[in-house]
Amino acid sequence: MLLTITTTSRPATDLGFLLHKHPERVQEFGGSYGTATVFYPEAGEDRCTAALLLEVDPVALVRSRGRNSPDFSLSQYVNDRPYAASSLLAVALADVFRTARAGRCAARPELPGTPLPLEIRLPALPCRGGPELAERLFAPLGWQVSAESVPLDEGFPAWGESRYVRLVLTGTLRLSDALNHLYVLLPVLDDGKHYWIAPDEVDKLVRAGEGWLGGHPERGLITRRYLGRRWSLARTALARLAELGDETEEELEPPVAEEASPEETAADEAAAAGTAAEGAAGAPAEGEPGQERKPRSLSVLRREAVLGVLEELGAVSVADLGCGQGELLAALLARPRFARVAGMDVSSMALTIAARRLRLDRMPDAVRARLTLFQGSLTYTDKRLRGYDAAVLMEVVEHVDPPRLAALEHVVFGHARPAHVVVTTPNVEYNVRYPFLTGLRHPDHRFEWTRAEFAAWAARVAAEHGYEVAFRPVGDDDPEVGPPTQMGVFTRDQRS
Amino acid sequence: MISVPELSLVVLVGVSGSGKSTFAARHFKPTQVVSSDFCRGLVSDDENDQAATPAAFDLLHHIVGVRLSRGLLTVVDATNVQYQARKSLVELARSHDVLVDAVVLDVPEEVAIARNADRPDRDFGPGVVIRQRKDLRRSLGRIAKEGFRRVHVLRGVEEIEAAGVAYEKAWTDRRELTGPFDIIGDVHGCRSELEALLRKLGWRGLSHPEGRTAVFVGDLVDRGPDTPGVLRLVMDMVEAGTALCVAGNHEVKLSRALDGRKVRVAHGLQESLDQLAAEPPEFVARARAFMDGLISHYQLDGGRLVVAHAGLKEPYHGRASGRVRSFALYGDTTGETDEYGLPVRLPWAEEYRGRATVVYGHTPTDTPVWVNNTICLDTGCVFGGHLTALRYPEREIVQVRAEKTWYEPVKPLGGPARDAAARGATVLDIGDVAGTRHVETRYGGRFKIAEENAAAALEVMSRFAVDPRWLVYLPPTMAPPRTSTLDGYLEHPHEAFEEFAAAGVREVVCEEKHMGSRAVAVLARTPEAAAARFGVTDGAAGAVYTRTGRPFFADTAPLVERLRAACEPLWEALGSDWVVLDCELLPWSAKAEGLIRSQYASVGAAARAALPEAVAALEAAAGRGLDVAALLDRTRRREANARLFRDAYARYCWPVGGLDGLDGVRVAPFQILACEGRATALEPHAWHLSTLALLDSPLITRTRHLFVDLESPDSRDGAVAWWEALTASGGEGMVVKPAAYTPGRVQPGVKVRGREYLRIIYGPDYTESLDVLRRRFLGKKRSLALREYALGLEALARLAGGEPGWRVHEPVFAVLALESEPVDPRL
Repeated sequence: MLLTITTTSRPATDLGFLLHKHPERVQEFGGSYGTATVFYPEAGEDRCTAALLLEVDPVALVRSRGRNSPDFSLSQYVNDRPYAASSLLAVALADVFRTARAGRCAARPELPGTPLPLEIRLPALPCRGGPELAERLFAPLGWQVSAESVPLDEGFPAWGESRYVRLVLTGTLRLSDALNHLYVLLPVLDDGKHYWIAPDEVDKLVRAGEGWLGGHPERGLITRRYLGRRWSLARTALARLAELGDETEEELEPPVAEEASPEETAADEAAAAGTAAEGAAGAPAEGEPGQERKPRSLSVLRREAVLGVLEELGAVSVADLGCGQGELLAALLARPRFARVAGMDVSSMALTIAARRLRLDRMPDAVRARLTLFQGSLTYTDKRLRGYDAAVLMEVVEHVDPPRLAALEHVVFGHARPAHVVVTTPNVEYNVRYPFLTGLRHPDHRFEWTRAEFAAWAARVAAEHGYEVAFRPVGDDDPEVGPPTQMGVFTRDQRS
Repeated sequence: MISVPELSLVVLVGVSGSGKSTFAARHFKPTQVVSSDFCRGLVSDDENDQAATPAAFDLLHHIVGVRLSRGLLTVVDATNVQYQARKSLVELARSHDVLVDAVVLDVPEEVAIARNADRPDRDFGPGVVIRQRKDLRRSLGRIAKEGFRRVHVLRGVEEIEAAGVAYEKAWTDRRELTGPFDIIGDVHGCRSELEALLRKLGWRGLSHPEGRTAVFVGDLVDRGPDTPGVLRLVMDMVEAGTALCVAGNHEVKLSRALDGRKVRVAHGLQESLDQLAAEPPEFVARARAFMDGLISHYQLDGGRLVVAHAGLKEPYHGRASGRVRSFALYGDTTGETDEYGLPVRLPWAEEYRGRATVVYGHTPTDTPVWVNNTICLDTGCVFGGHLTALRYPEREIVQVRAEKTWYEPVKPLGGPARDAAARGATVLDIGDVAGTRHVETRYGGRFKIAEENAAAALEVMSRFAVDPRWLVYLPPTMAPPRTSTLDGYLEHPHEAFEEFAAAGVREVVCEEKHMGSRAVAVLARTPEAAAARFGVTDGAAGAVYTRTGRPFFADTAPLVERLRAACEPLWEALGSDWVVLDCELLPWSAKAEGLIRSQYASVGAAARAALPEAVAALEAAAGRGLDVAALLDRTRRREANARLFRDAYARYCWPVGGLDGLDGVRVAPFQILACEGRATALEPHAWHLSTLALLDSPLITRTRHLFVDLESPDSRDGAVAWWEALTASGGEGMVVKPAAYTPGRVQPGVKVRGREYLRIIYGPDYTESLDVLRRRFLGKKRSLALREYALGLEALARLAGGEPGWRVHEPVFAVLALESEPVDPRL
């Protein structure tokens, strides 16, 4: 991977003083990132270019992580790290140009404070979000941005563009600022999944972002992506199984987000984006984060609707089937009337997150005694699901392949047979109200039902298993397309 | 001589110093005896610490409970002179459905006191013994009514010394009888049909020329035209030793009625009473005694067969208690109620996971259906259905039609019961797969599946896999051979040949690897055949799925249709109307396009964007006289490697499309895994390849192959040349397998991958660091390959053997679980 920095200030070779690297020498640096070589392809009075060429040996990279490296997927061996300007380049840059980044120059103390005409080239910059995102991140910092997509494979034009852009930044800035921009924004654009976040990353971000990050219009996105996502071991087992089935890891990802994100579905996100766009005109530019007024998200409305029904039904024991990260469980535990609460999910990762978010390890005994949290599946009968007043399938059925729904029906309505079953699922008719939405509301949705389809399914299941079913809207009940979420409340016949 | 049941709880009763421990040690194994003193010591470090007594008894009860649930005779060595102590033990025995005997050791007070005085660890005075004896005296009067099967009282030191202990076999235990058996469903007084059925089964009078034994599932009586005739025949057979009979609920009720007890006369009881009234009193007395003596169930054939009137769940096999009898007579309506006061109905057959075959009657259905190794033979003869027999061990159904409807049924036969049964054949329980499990295979022993691997597999299986009825097999992983030492190669056929030769294999087959996606195709000749064999009811006639059990393409139906048409020649050739094929599906990009784009093509794109600029920058620097020669050379080579890498994956990509999206798709079957009654995976590869050569369709790609005689250097050289040619033109490589199934710890196959192909696996520049890469550790991969192979064969054997769905699912799930184990993914 390659980074070049060119200046046309005179004398251009001052760049050598600033970088603390002599233009007539070739210097090598070794680190956890690989081997970095700094050399100058050109070094004239009018124009001087410093190049940082980083050689990454993926084999050595894996070995350096030790035998207990949690990642056993092929993608750690065959990946773009040796070529793309990823977080590794940011680390190398921070190391090799440490003094320059700090804005120190003993030989020419006046230089670091002087903005210089600079041109920075990155021939293969991974950029999740496309060239537009590079523009959005660099332009506010005073750069002129040229970002050009790299095609994925010329032999297969149908595959379209790759996630890389050829980035050229030009502008007159202090070199230390330029380096700090790159240091923070390279990993942000990369958004790489295999970037391990150490506890001191927050401090590093604060230091490198000093003076520019606070006022950046995209600081939310930058912070979120920079601090990345932390994944546990459970995920790597899935990654292996994904490769085995010739699939990408994302395809097998459980439908949960790592940290509290109010927008759990694409639709919610789309709705939020729509709201933000409408509000942008009148909103003050310097608003404090956290003061933005947001409508209550659909997930909150849905949770409240389900809680309301459970209370109405007088349920004392509730099993949340497909509990995900445990939002509903938290709400149920906050209400003492629910004396026994079970959370089941098929994803061990979801359960780990739920346990953490519910602070299971420090939960008072009296609350802990009310909760059971376990891995289970809706396609296998399970004695542990018996004996609850109500079972909740909140946004769950649409994650099951239609041919496997019969198994779910048997497990819940035929085998567990609680007195009540509350089912919520998206109303696909409402999707037209999300202008930003393409396709279904979540990539893992196997289907989304119209109101008629849901009603037909519910009626058949109720009849086959001796339940009555009633329907309720959740969210704004649109006169034309109905509510965004539909809910079916099943009640077991007394005689069965 | 004291006689206790083989499986029972034996409660010793006697004061301290009465010699219980000595008695127990003399007559029982040390592990069979649980003593309160020992438990007290375990929980307090002091066998005489009376304050620890409650905790000690908690522990004692726990140990006794675990032993009884595991079917082990257990002796409790404690004073048990108080009613409460005995009562809790009787309850414990009942809760595990075992009989309980008491042995009372009654010695004179002075003997006990003297014995205690001799023991330095017993520092309590004579008062304790005197008090205990008082309790014992009081107990002796009523102990017989406390629920013990028998109370054996031994009086005095001599009698205790002289006593011996003998074991009594349970009445239900006829495991020594190995049949063959003709098990006959509910007769209900249909004498003529019974005689016809016995004739059809080959019986002559009261015996069968081949020495078969008849087993009646009960309900001989009521409703039908000739209850006395049926009773006479069956009683004669039982007395002749050619038949067994278990009790049915109708016998129990009829016998109560004949005893003069008050019963509600309904469900055809009146017919029996009327018919018996016309018989001589001696016959009625004989019938009464016969019906009174019928027991709840029999365990037969070494425990592999259980016959009970209404079925029996596994924990009750060979047990004796009121609820066991009630289950055997009436089924699983035990009178338990749930928290709402509604009776808990448990579909016991659906949940049955036992190894023993359970044959029963009681619930009329129109067709007998196997559900998890259980079958109901009541086909409503008296209601105008059939009288049904099951030949065991042949598992063959033999029926005669009812001569007429002898009794009008309250509700029509079959219907919902049959649906439940059909569904039951495929209902999987979380207990079948979750947690740490040990899976028994006949091809390689018993394998442990770790809980965390099962958890990962559960997630993938639940969220993505096809219906488990189709998921009868998952392919095992395959290891490469030992790493080659040849310059420029990581893998070479030489090591594969050496490995098999060393294992004593003389002939191997080399099969071309197609570099598609692995696919398992389960195909049936017709939807009806699919319904009959796989129990699917949605009209589908097959499925094609990936190595993780996920269906190929959003809609697999068109592919299944094309494959079924292509496989038409197989039905005749295999004599089967279904088949399971191991295949590769081409091109790789058909399934893996997303993966190729996000992983492989991205790497290529980044490399091709970055490296030329790096080369240009280095050339400029070199032009200025800087010393970058080595780096420039290295970077140029990497640029060339990146191009080779791109070519390596691009070879396996081509567009597919057309009306059904399948134009351009090809399937390369290379093994026939199973068909009706046969786990054909065990056949030699020559058979697979020649049988599959019958397929002639544009959809089908042949697997090129070469048989190699490992003892012939020429033959080996020829194969190496073949492999060189294959991989030089971009082929993935080949798989080398023993030509015929080789038991033991021999790899079922090893893959020898081509030099260029390995760029996809080891990275574009792997050829630059071969020496580092040669240090690879194959042990775990090879061990996994063997285990998964054995599990796969086990699944196929269970499928071919007609075993229940959960039994087939167990090893299939285990393969997926093992695949989630961390192992070097490049192997």
